[in-house]
Amino acid sequence: MTETTLKTIFGRLGWESFPIHEPILFGTFVVVALLGLAIVGAVTWFRLWGYLWREWFTSVDHKKIGIMYIILGIIMLLRGFADALMMRVQQAIAFGANEGYLPAHHYDQIFTAHGTIMIFFVAIPLVVGLINFVMPLQIGARDVAFPFLNNLSFWLTAAGAVLTMTSLFIGEFARTGWLSYAPLAELSYSPDTGVDYYLWSLQIAGVGTTLSAINMVATIIKMRAPGMTMMKLPVFCWTALCSNVLAIAIFPALTVAFFLLMLDRYVGTNFFTNELGGAPMMYWNMVWIWGHPEVYVLVLPAFGIYSEITSTFTGKRLFGYTSMVYATVVITILSYLVWLHHFFTMGAGPAVNSFFGIATMVISIPTGAKVFNWLFTMYRGDIRFELPMMWVVAFMLTFVVGGMTGVLLAIPPADFVLHNSLFLVAHFHNTIIGGVVFGLFAAMVYWFPKAFGFKLDPFWGKVAFWGWVVGYWVAWTPIYVVGLMGTARRVHHFDDPSIQPYFVIAAIGALIILVGILGFVMSIVMGFVKREELRDTTGDPWGGRTLEWSTSSPPPAYNFAFLPVVHDLDAWYDMKARGYQRPVDEFRPIYMPRNTGTGVILAGLSLALGFGMVWYMWWLAALTFVALLAVAVGHTFNFKRDTFIPAAEVAATENARQPLAVGA
Amino acid sequence: MTHRTTDAPGAAITWHHLDADDHDHGGGATVLGFWIYLMSDALIFASLFAMFGVVSTSYAGGPVPRQIFDLPLVALNTALLLASSITFGQAMPHMEAGRIGPTRLWLAVTGVLGAAFVGVELYEFSHLIAEGAGPQRSAFLSAFFTLVGTHGAHVTVGLIWVVTMLVQIGQHGLTGEIRRRVVCLSMFWHFLDIIWIGVFNFVYLYGVIR
Repeated sequence: MTETTLKTIFGRLGWESFPIHEPILFGTFVVVALLGLAIVGAVTWFRLWGYLWREWFTSVDHKKIGIMYIILGIIMLLRGFADALMMRVQQAIAFGANEGYLPAHHYDQIFTAHGTIMIFFVAIPLVVGLINFVMPLQIGARDVAFPFLNNLSFWLTAAGAVLTMTSLFIGEFARTGWLSYAPLAELSYSPDTGVDYYLWSLQIAGVGTTLSAINMVATIIKMRAPGMTMMKLPVFCWTALCSNVLAIAIFPALTVAFFLLMLDRYVGTNFFTNELGGAPMMYWNMVWIWGHPEVYVLVLPAFGIYSEITSTFTGKRLFGYTSMVYATVVITILSYLVWLHHFFTMGAGPAVNSFFGIATMVISIPTGAKVFNWLFTMYRGDIRFELPMMWVVAFMLTFVVGGMTGVLLAIPPADFVLHNSLFLVAHFHNTIIGGVVFGLFAAMVYWFPKAFGFKLDPFWGKVAFWGWVVGYWVAWTPIYVVGLMGTARRVHHFDDPSIQPYFVIAAIGALIILVGILGFVMSIVMGFVKREELRDTTGDPWGGRTLEWSTSSPPPAYNFAFLPVVHDLDAWYDMKARGYQRPVDEFRPIYMPRNTGTGVILAGLSLALGFGMVWYMWWLAALTFVALLAVAVGHTFNFKRDTFIPAAEVAATENARQPLAVGA
Repeated sequence: MTHRTTDAPGAAITWHHLDADDHDHGGGATVLGFWIYLMSDALIFASLFAMFGVVSTSYAGGPVPRQIFDLPLVALNTALLLASSITFGQAMPHMEAGRIGPTRLWLAVTGVLGAAFVGVELYEFSHLIAEGAGPQRSAFLSAFFTLVGTHGAHVTVGLIWVVTMLVQIGQHGLTGEIRRRVVCLSMFWHFLDIIWIGVFNFVYLYGVIR
């Protein structure tokens, strides 16, 4: 075949695109390929493809979609953490004559992939997954407002993750940092596939996240159980509402920033270039209009999780529920007004910098109010220090420090010194690990028995807890110190040997966190092994206060045989306290949405479209784009989207699952 | 609803909602959800307007608005799009009254006007590119083509949707689900009208007078 024919078919993809000459990547590829083959083989051997397709991949059940989001998040956490370990080892050894084991070219891809994956494919899927699973149960609904859209959102997120992972073995990932700043990310400075992989992965996943956010907001506004007024809404649902409203308000800015950068790279426009009138700082403005509120999109639901757990494990109503709600709303609004503090050094002038500096500091007031609310809830409470509660206490101790360094960085003159230093990197890891990650672990331990019917293994859960908490402090305290002394971020080799001990300690800390991660995986494995012993037959293993604990564990597909009527804030506590009796007869048929494979197909086509665009395979891109439109329009011709569960089946399910439940 | 919210001591408490017709699976949420989507789309345009605002005088030595904007042509286009909103408005009372024929007729007229709008816009774009005023020439032109083009792409999606609804009304008549879709489409169409008014004033008129 001629050169031109090959180019038409494969675009810029060639043999040299496969990193067979790089031993680290090749080794990773072999391991991933073997693991993948083992999984595919096992699924085939046990004839599980049909089951997975019917019961999971095509499911529109919010609980199953939530669980799939969380599995995606945990898998990507392992990838993102592997990147973290590689960076820590490199920085611990690359001093003076020792160049370390990673060339700069590879190291730059790793820190970009680490940040991108941890935010977009770990934190977001875990938070969205938890909201998906818990929120409809807490508001007494049978599903979300748009069940098909929910399935599609998940698969689009998964497609983005797959495209990012593809860059590991075909071509390379971006070397431009996790937000791919312009003009560095422009074609003239980053001509390879990295930035294109980055842009297409995040655009595809971003569509999923936006659709999911719209879905969740509509669900909370429209589908609350009778009697559940907004001020009787569980705090987690309030934080989920604010988080998703915020997501809807910010993702368009990111979409546009990426879209314009794509046009610069593919069409040759001049939005963020250095030539012909381009304005690179507009890219920074738009990505940070998304970027700063995004951390609140992640941390607000975590605040909700801490509130639910504190209330449950102290046996008390949450202290200051109303102030908690208003604090959440105020944080939501303020978070939209602080983006410029990410580039005080742009030189916008003292008036602009003062405004954004002060707005940033003001956020600490509602956040501080929340911390005091949790403390006052614990005060004179009957505290049970079970695993979820331990995470809450660790969160408060850790997060407060991150909050204080944040206020420090909000002072523009201080920021001019600390900008782009490891002090900043330590600050945001302090808030995101201490705030979001601890919350996600607390939530996974807390709601795991609801999802699967048995608790996680408590011993390994404690290993995970101590590994993460101790590891966090050992890893990041030295980074704070060297950062304050002026060490820059994103550096793969140092000349000054006096700071090496700090990086060695940090690497040890990362290894302790590894113990925490393995402990968490083991707590799932051993929980499954000992599932009979850890079984939850009551549906209410922790003495819960909100409606999800009124269902069996795991809940039936329809969640509630009868929609609950809510009289009080802690609805389930109120039901238990006033002698609630479970209904035993008069069950009725329940309408439920039908499963559909359209979400998987649309996401698969999006993935192929992204891949085609990354490699300049224009025929593939055009074909999949037309197919996307056709499938999307075709789906609207399917009017048979509902099915119903007959009353007899509801009765059978209820009678089988509920005999031991509270209120039976 | 058959529940009570009072809980006087001794009174039986209602814990369950017993209405059988609760299979409306969030259907009432569709219009709200679509409205929220439109708000996020409005923010897409807000970001594009902001980008345009920042680089609207970054001509890089290339053509300036007064040289390239053909206001009579844009006025014609504006008239076409505004007229299409009026014709869509004509379809709605017929739909409410369940009259299938006139609903489809007015929707079809709307589609024809929308297609004419897109056609004129494509003519304008090709003309500009032929003159050497393409999107690569300067940041101003990049932003102009992207903002106006994104609006045009939205109208094109609206056209596909109009055709889809014409077919589906033919297949199913004006059922509840079909009506809900037409209501969403009408919100979408009027929304694009509002965006266009912003484009016409902010991009074309303001560009030419300054």
